[in-house]
Amino acid sequence: MQSKRTIFPNKLLPYALLAPQLIITIIFFLWPAAQAVRSSFEREDPFGFRTTFIWFQNYTRLFADPGYLRAASNTAVFAVGVTILSMGVALLLAVAVNRLLRSGKFYTTLLVWPYAVAPIVAGILWWFMFNPTIGIVPYLLDAFGYRWNHRVNGNDAMILVIIAASWKQISYNFLFFVAGLQSVPKSLIEAAAIDGAGPFKRFWTIVFPLLSPTTFFLMIVNINYAMFDTFGIIDGTTAGGPAGATNTLVYKVYADGFVGLNIGSSAAQSVLLMLIVIALTVVQFRWVERRVQY
Amino acid sequence: MVENRPILNILTHLLLIVGVAVVAFPVYLAFVASTHGADAFSRGLAPMLPGPHMIDNYARMLTNGLSSAGAPPVWLMLINSTLMALTIAIGKIAISIISAYAIVYFKFPFRLLAFWMIFITLMLPVEVRIMPTFKVVADLGMLNSYAGLTIPLIASATATFLFRQFFLTIPDELMEAARVDGAGPMKFFRDILLPLSRTNIAALFVILFIYGWVQYLWPLLVTTDSRYYTIVMGIKRLAASADSDPYWNLVMAAVMLAMLPPVLVILLMQRLFVKGLVETEK
Repeated sequence: MQSKRTIFPNKLLPYALLAPQLIITIIFFLWPAAQAVRSSFEREDPFGFRTTFIWFQNYTRLFADPGYLRAASNTAVFAVGVTILSMGVALLLAVAVNRLLRSGKFYTTLLVWPYAVAPIVAGILWWFMFNPTIGIVPYLLDAFGYRWNHRVNGNDAMILVIIAASWKQISYNFLFFVAGLQSVPKSLIEAAAIDGAGPFKRFWTIVFPLLSPTTFFLMIVNINYAMFDTFGIIDGTTAGGPAGATNTLVYKVYADGFVGLNIGSSAAQSVLLMLIVIALTVVQFRWVERRVQY
Repeated sequence: MVENRPILNILTHLLLIVGVAVVAFPVYLAFVASTHGADAFSRGLAPMLPGPHMIDNYARMLTNGLSSAGAPPVWLMLINSTLMALTIAIGKIAISIISAYAIVYFKFPFRLLAFWMIFITLMLPVEVRIMPTFKVVADLGMLNSYAGLTIPLIASATATFLFRQFFLTIPDELMEAARVDGAGPMKFFRDILLPLSRTNIAALFVILFIYGWVQYLWPLLVTTDSRYYTIVMGIKRLAASADSDPYWNLVMAAVMLAMLPPVLVILLMQRLFVKGLVETEK
């Protein structure tokens, strides 16, 4: 690994400098993760007196549990929905801002702040707008003959959490798309314009392909966000309901562990989630580091 | 812009105005709700225009809170949130900058191992190891304390990487010159590296302050005593009561207060925020 050509000769100082970070990492990250792996192979009796080693039973039971499979498919729908909606809107806005010279900065300022809104607060804002009794959206939908009720209708609930989660993520995607658009060489665009390509043709044949590294990077980040950073949104709006329609994998770890007190199953779910994060991180570092080059 | 197309320009502005309006609309409605009396929400559509009770609602939430929902006054939760966000941001920066310094400017056994141990924290967000982490914190007697709220979140791979990347771009000659002049490692760190890292520290601070402020799951787990509630988790308790009693005006006042500090940080330090966001993701 890279370091400096010349270095300080001290033997003990580097360990002292690393100690705070490593101690916290071991106590609060590695040790709990190891505990999760261990208890995912065990069953604890209801009073916590005896634990028995049961190999992969917690895992096989999970894969046979319709509730878990439902949570997995909910998570997939949710992640795809959030990624497409928030990236689509962000790209549209970023392309628009990129066309403007001076006023672009002004619009950027007005678009970046939702990044600072906590997920649970974002959830509550949209929950209020979609409230079946006093919210504005159900009121408007009623005029079209649709009775919105996310407390009863699972699809409505899923749409609500997707919209709330996307809203919060737009500003992040927007900033990265703007940065990506600014690095597209002006000379290419001008050459295409001289050859008679209109703005839409230029976007689809030049700008969009050149943007693919940014798009790919954001896709991974958004999937990661939708899977792991949206606990607050779901807890604040639907709490996994109605009837498990918006129960995601992360929400289920919490619900099974803290509310249901099923330690073994919750630990097995944690381990599966760790594998997903590891896979996403590896993809991000291997492919995003290299970036798609032209 | 390569050519002038007036119609497309108008469409661009129109699109952005609609975009900004859609993004801001939920917050506008929340603000409007926070300026009405409780009776405005008993039936029918929630109000669309501001009402006369703004000062009453905010003053009441700040000083008394909503005792029926079991939430303390908002001022206390705001202080807790500020303390938590500041401790996390400063703590993360402090321990990350010294670990990056150790990794870049020293050679020692297990250097690679240390680097990978820090790297692994990226792959273990709190959300995936909720139960065992809670158990560790409980065993250490850190429930219901500021230490429990902050210390477990302080390790940071991204901050360490950012400082490592930055240190690698600093010319070697600087350090050689310092050594020739007789400066030891700590003096070099304090008098040369720290001042050079100023912008990076500031950009990182903005991102990490927001990270600390918006934490929800962790405070929910480690605090049961309402003295330690942060505003972001306190909101959940308020909202849970709003569904049965129409206290939307008070809930939304708390929501506005919870959003204000981090949003202000972003708006006032937009340049640093963008720099921090883009660099931590490299």
